[in-house]
Amino acid sequence: MRQLLILSGKGGTGKTTVASAFIKLADAKAYADCDVDAPNLHLISDWKEEPEMADYFGLPKAHIDNEKCISCDICRQHCRFDAISNIDDKYRVDPFSCEGCSVCEYVCPQGAINMLPSIDGELMLYQSDERVFSTAQLKMGSGTSGLLVTEVKKRMKEKAPNTDMAIIDGSPGIGCPVIASLSGVDMVLIVAEPSISGISDMERIISTAKGFEVLIAVCINKYDTNLEKTKEIEEYCKEKGLPFVGKIPFDLDAVKAVNSGKTIVDIDCASGEAVKYIYDGTMDLLLNGK
Amino acid sequence: MKYTRAFTAVGLNSMKIAVLSGKGGTGKTLVSVNLAAAAEKAAYVDCDIEEPNGNLFFKAENIIENDVNVKIPEVDKSLCNGCRKCVDFCKFNALAYIKELIVFEEVCHSCGGCMLVCPENAITEKDEPVGKIKKGISDGVCVYTGIMNIGEASGVPIIKKLLSFEKSEGNKLTIIDSPPGSACNVMESIQDVDYCVLVAEPTLFGVHNLSMVHELVKIFNKPFGAVLNKSLDGENPAEKYCKDNNIKILAKIPYDTELGKLNSEGEIIVRNGEKYRDMFSTLLNKVIEEVQNAATVNT
Amino acid sequence: MKIAIPTVEKTLNSNVSPSFGRAEYFLIYDTETKESLFVENTAKDSRGGAGIKAAQIVIDNKAKALLTPRLGENAAEVLKSSNMNIYKSIEGTAEKNIEAFTGGKLSLLGEIHEGFHGRGLK
Repeated sequence: MRQLLILSGKGGTGKTTVASAFIKLADAKAYADCDVDAPNLHLISDWKEEPEMADYFGLPKAHIDNEKCISCDICRQHCRFDAISNIDDKYRVDPFSCEGCSVCEYVCPQGAINMLPSIDGELMLYQSDERVFSTAQLKMGSGTSGLLVTEVKKRMKEKAPNTDMAIIDGSPGIGCPVIASLSGVDMVLIVAEPSISGISDMERIISTAKGFEVLIAVCINKYDTNLEKTKEIEEYCKEKGLPFVGKIPFDLDAVKAVNSGKTIVDIDCASGEAVKYIYDGTMDLLLNGK
Repeated sequence: MKYTRAFTAVGLNSMKIAVLSGKGGTGKTLVSVNLAAAAEKAAYVDCDIEEPNGNLFFKAENIIENDVNVKIPEVDKSLCNGCRKCVDFCKFNALAYIKELIVFEEVCHSCGGCMLVCPENAITEKDEPVGKIKKGISDGVCVYTGIMNIGEASGVPIIKKLLSFEKSEGNKLTIIDSPPGSACNVMESIQDVDYCVLVAEPTLFGVHNLSMVHELVKIFNKPFGAVLNKSLDGENPAEKYCKDNNIKILAKIPYDTELGKLNSEGEIIVRNGEKYRDMFSTLLNKVIEEVQNAATVNT
Repeated sequence: MKIAIPTVEKTLNSNVSPSFGRAEYFLIYDTETKESLFVENTAKDSRGGAGIKAAQIVIDNKAKALLTPRLGENAAEVLKSSNMNIYKSIEGTAEKNIEAFTGGKLSLLGEIHEGFHGRGLK
């Protein structure tokens, strides 16, 4: 299975817009949304079936049994994450701040603290005879997003072992979900934004991706919002030997399409035309390159 | 009795406002940078430590830089007897024992557990840098930036240090540029704020993510209002969401190619035109008014 | 000598696991006695540092060589400190890889990737 991952560095550049178009053009049988913090792909994927849901457990979190607690304060003094508070003489662990280290459980002289399983998110799997779509939603405030991303990808692969190509919608930033999504993919397409922030973030994501054995290609979205910056990106790619696969104009029709749950290749529009060209270039590299 | 923070009238000089968006690219930095610039004297705190962009706009001078350190265990080999109690205790798998103890610093969460369980007192702690905080001045705005080193496990220590550093420098109107999303970094950034501005864009994607930050600010009991950015004519799903959920719309920033171009060039738009200065001054006043109202309601 | 291979299932016919740290099992194969032992990889469900714990498991089971498709730098550090030889596995089953290894056909793993750096956690 060859895997194509779509990343951006900066948020809001159009990853999901591009990913959904690619999925449509490829008639992809396996795809995943690894932006577990803020998943969006399901909003423009046409599935009639309900997904199969599964709980995702993060690191167990501390719970204080107030019956056994003698308010000695030892737990609070040892907690490095300010997760234990004493309000109205009742000791409580804040589940949002608790990192699951279990030091409090260790130091409590009364055995009043236990580490209990904590649901950190939900996994969703859409399936129909040939297609599979794996996604997840991290519960707010949770950590452990790297492992959740790994789970999302794993489930996609398990349910579609014979598919030859999978498309993965990645997440913004350079943190947990991005690193986990990079593992094992064959190619990364970076969707860049022609702005000062966009270029800065693009450079950071490229240096992050370079650490993995992946083919990297770049495209630009909303390129006509700043032609000089677009040129800057194209020159940067040339300088770094990164294939530049095309650029998409800003297109109000794209917004309309997305808002009605369609991809930009479902309607006749300028951005749709441009993305087709980028798709051809990307597929060429993925199947023939390196 | 449930504990609630007692609000007295929140003075302008100690007001803290966070700008959030569930989704990246909606205009958090645009709004937070320009709100800070529109105020006469203010602090701008960039808590988006993975991709800090605020200073690209401010280009602040007189940079002070401080390392942010976390405590990492260190073993005294002469005392270590290889019992591996620390390895077994560590919930993060940051320790391994082959011929001696190996510590994996980026995986370590600095909980201090290994040090506690070691029966030989062989473990002590040392400081290791995980990022930096910077301070600079740009025309009346104190710009505070937090940067996380690539590869680090958690941004929370950096955000914590950034915010406490800013607080220690005295009272001023503070605008916090929160990270996108609704994960631990975001929560850390809004701990002490008086008000949250939720920035939304008029797309279906934007609404889904808006609903997540909406949940977040409700859980944290923070007063909030929305700013609709890149507003176009026609149906705006974000506007509908706000109306359906009784979220006050503080301002609508129209989609404006000139504004977009200036922003993409790293220009602070309130410093580039009367109409933009007015737009953000009006928004700032509206937010201040909302904070005062929220304070009155809570007393 | 004992060699370790990360596998998906508990049989010699199993495919090699694409991930080391999150493999389901480790096959510990003795090239002299031809005995196979499948050890469950308790690191696979760790929130972070899976590679580190997995490496510890492999070393504790006395393996002197590891055959794997890829390896993160944290796991590599643990393995190197025990002087383990790390070989790049080939496509196919564990059995096929054992044959390739004993036939001297495998090369050492050249590229160590950055791994997750514990980003499985906050």
